[in-house]
Amino acid sequence: MLNFVVKRLILAALVTSAVLLISFSLLYLAGDPAASIAGESASAADIQKIRELYGFDRPMLVQFFDWLWHALQGDFGQSYFFKMPVADLIADRMTVTLTLGVSGMLFALVTAVPLGVIAALRPNSMIDRFALFLSVMGQALPSFWFGLMMVVLFAVRLNWLPASGSETWMHFVMPTIVLGYYAMPAIMRLTRAGMLEVLGADYIRTARAKGAGPARVVVKHALRNAVVPVVSLAAVQMGFMLGGSIVVETVFALHGAGFLAWESISRNDLPTVQALILIFSCFYIAFTFLSDLLNAWIDPRIRIG
Amino acid sequence: MKYPVQSVKRLLVLGGLAVAAVPVGGFGHAWAGKADDTLKLAFTKELQSIDAYYNSAREGTIMDQQIWDGLVYLNPLKGEFEGNLATSWAWLDDTTLEFKLRKGVKFHNGEAFDADDVVYTLDFVTNPDNKITVPQYVSWIKSTQKIDQYTVRILLNKPYPAALNLLATMIPMYPNEYYAKVGPSGMALHPVGTGPYAVTELDPGKHFVLKKYAGYHDGPKGQPSIGTIDVRTIPDVNTQIAEMFSGNLNFMWGVPSDQAEKLAAMKRFTVVNAPTMRVGYLVMDAAGRTGKDNPFTKLEVRQAVAHAIDREAIVKSLVKGSSKTINSACYPSQFGCEQDVTKYPYDPAKAKELLAKAGYPNGFTTDFYAYRDRPYAEAMLAYLNAVGIKANLKMLQFSALTDLRMKGEVPFSFQTWGSSSIDDVTAITSLFFTKGLEDYAQDDQVNAALGEGDTSVQPEKRKAAYSKALKRIADQAFWAPLFSYNANYVFTPDVAYQPTADELLRFYKMSWK
Repeated sequence: MLNFVVKRLILAALVTSAVLLISFSLLYLAGDPAASIAGESASAADIQKIRELYGFDRPMLVQFFDWLWHALQGDFGQSYFFKMPVADLIADRMTVTLTLGVSGMLFALVTAVPLGVIAALRPNSMIDRFALFLSVMGQALPSFWFGLMMVVLFAVRLNWLPASGSETWMHFVMPTIVLGYYAMPAIMRLTRAGMLEVLGADYIRTARAKGAGPARVVVKHALRNAVVPVVSLAAVQMGFMLGGSIVVETVFALHGAGFLAWESISRNDLPTVQALILIFSCFYIAFTFLSDLLNAWIDPRIRIG
Repeated sequence: MKYPVQSVKRLLVLGGLAVAAVPVGGFGHAWAGKADDTLKLAFTKELQSIDAYYNSAREGTIMDQQIWDGLVYLNPLKGEFEGNLATSWAWLDDTTLEFKLRKGVKFHNGEAFDADDVVYTLDFVTNPDNKITVPQYVSWIKSTQKIDQYTVRILLNKPYPAALNLLATMIPMYPNEYYAKVGPSGMALHPVGTGPYAVTELDPGKHFVLKKYAGYHDGPKGQPSIGTIDVRTIPDVNTQIAEMFSGNLNFMWGVPSDQAEKLAAMKRFTVVNAPTMRVGYLVMDAAGRTGKDNPFTKLEVRQAVAHAIDREAIVKSLVKGSSKTINSACYPSQFGCEQDVTKYPYDPAKAKELLAKAGYPNGFTTDFYAYRDRPYAEAMLAYLNAVGIKANLKMLQFSALTDLRMKGEVPFSFQTWGSSSIDDVTAITSLFFTKGLEDYAQDDQVNAALGEGDTSVQPEKRKAAYSKALKRIADQAFWAPLFSYNANYVFTPDVAYQPTADELLRFYKMSWK
């Protein structure tokens, strides 16, 4: 087991450095960082001056290892755009993204798993149709449109919730629903499919035969087995929600890390983008790793295997 | 076995009813704003550092005008310079400017303003070690001397006629003791100036709260009227509009023309369209930097391009507002922007004729680069196609296109330029036609004429020189000037404000009705 974990960690580190190197070169090819820093009103000579000042005239690999060396010591450098330490900037923006990601995931799980279970218990019933309808809508509605419609209804028409900003918990209600709703359908369909399969299994009949109550059968015997793939899916979704909530962050003016990453790419703010890529890839790896651990805890077969 | 399906169903139905039964409040609630003397305004883009010397975006210049002052002030209505932190100034010779400073001015932190502040600020920003983001605004300064406590002299590298323009809007004066202590990173979080508004709350890139500065001096900006200005960054224009409707926002700017039209039709808000100094134009590789045989080295081809595009139609149906077509390689109000130049009206037949004369009776194929306003670029593609020029549109990021342009790899492109709101052709024509990396004309005559204008401080001599340069640019069709841009401002009916062509929002000129 320990061997397995160490191997996986080494692999993860390799994957991370490959991602970093590739993203660094892509950003480098995408445009001259000196021109971005100088802004739209700079002349060629100004840009050349900035290129020398910031060391962009050095070979790309030298710049990359220079960055990596500092990053390994926890120094992500200064944001070219904000002229403040990247670490402070990301710490600030990450708070919003984590709050949104965790609450969105909770919303998705809390609605999707029970709905999936109920849908599986009564296949082809009204409730199953309703669940199907919800999931099709969730897949089909673009987040920006759904977000705006929520704003029109709850902020403009009813004036219950604030339309933008991240000062209070009220500001997170609509973004959470929009982001969570996007992740919900897959989780629900997978729960339903898993439950349907498990409920037909022999051991469920055995459990019922030995007199276990319906709640015990569903939760302890069926759900526990059906939920294994759901956990893996949720882990991947979580990684996606942290890095990919750009649309939701934009619509609700949340200024999270996803939005920061998106904006920093167009600003050629290399230190910020690199740090964010490092953090996001670490998140992905950590979540995948955690989901494996969690599955091993839920399902003893994985633990032994 | 019984599962609680019935109760779940009931809950859902009840929930739906509850939502539907809530009375719809409608639009009737009170505006945030006038009641608590707080004007809420939105930026679309995140502001870089609030330190004026470490940002290059318009949002930054706007904030700088409220927090700091320059030595002089450019009155946007009269187009004349007025004394601000300096009360008078004089050119001692072509490269020496002397300023008498205003007495009794205090910074927001109580520090007194005098010659030491001017010398410190200008020495700091001209020192390359300090890596300011906008060296182009101060590169003309050679050194600064303190003559006495309220007199300073600025020595120039060479005659530079736009010096006062830059001193008015781009070169704010900093408190020397405070700046020496906190530096650019401290200034970025706790800015201190002499301006009409002081920053009381700052969340980098996201949120800024400005309060009226009670001790503001009686300068040309006038005393501010509104007590508090609350600026938030809301990247999505639709969200900004929603916030306007829900009463959480009083002021939007840079609103796209289609949205502005719809908002104007609703008659709920004041919608004002004002021209801006930004112009759009086509740059053609007349110098043959992308290849000696490229079609744009031929005069007839460049003239054909200019004749091929219906600029009136693009302005009318796409750019809209107060935009106008332009014929000269600058914005019409800029000093020295000669208007009496060769014009190229829309005439596709003539364009075809010119192409045939140049040896392209069946047209040719070229790459066509652009970095913004894709719909405009696409309209141009259609016009070019109609006369036989097959242009492949390549949309790039601004920085990527700049890179290619400087390397001399762009044969044909749609560019725009805002001149940093400097009302003088040195901010546009002199940048692009003086044989630098961005000059695709590389024309000796234009370069010589511009050089003459740029190194003189006598207005008549400058005007004559620029006229010569701009006439030659038009005759040779080095550029095909297209149109000026415009900006839409939308605000709640309780706000009084008159936007200006320099596109600089002046919070201190805003008031409640």
